[in-house]
Amino acid sequence: MTELREKIKQTIESEPVVVFIKGTPQQPLCGNSMRALDALRSQGAPIAAVDVLPDPQIRQELSALSSWPTIPQVFVRGELIGGADIVQELAETGELKQKLDSALGEGWQGGGEERVVAVSEGSNPLRLVP
Amino acid sequence: MVDRLEDLLREAFPQAREIAVVDRTGGGDHFQVTVASGQFTGLSLVEQHRLVYDALAAPLADGTIHELRIKTRGDQ
Repeated sequence: MTELREKIKQTIESEPVVVFIKGTPQQPLCGNSMRALDALRSQGAPIAAVDVLPDPQIRQELSALSSWPTIPQVFVRGELIGGADIVQELAETGELKQKLDSALGEGWQGGGEERVVAVSEGSNPLRLVP
Repeated sequence: MVDRLEDLLREAFPQAREIAVVDRTGGGDHFQVTVASGQFTGLSLVEQHRLVYDALAAPLADGTIHELRIKTRGDQ
């Protein structure tokens, strides 16, 4: 397994809710990434976001891991929940809340903290250019 | 292009009650597909969408499909 794939896997497994998007939560650069974020936000879910744009390898390695060809991808406790269409549908039917309840346990509600997580050097927004 | 995608979906879901492909922008690369088939019954949404992605693997891989929205339904 490549180092990048290992880092992606670790992120998926360690973050309660992680979404791989194009852009950042503050500035999504694709309508579908926006739809996935909106669905998660509608439930007040804590969001760890990974921007796939800075390094094309991220998307390649992610899809190899998840067997899912498109972006965005939403994972809850390590399990792929779906892309924008599924997450939106689950939010509308109330199933997303049920999934979050059972995966995250009592007391997760409301916070809605959003963080950006970097999985490769190229995707680190705080990286200093020498 | 809509016809090509419909053909691929019919091949993959021969017993589908409904197969619809809509070119969302008129540009021939943003599509909404709807498939209703008993094949989906009992599968999770992730598994259902994976079957649709599999059916459209070629146009997804060669860049023909820039964006794909999927709606699947199993038995009523």
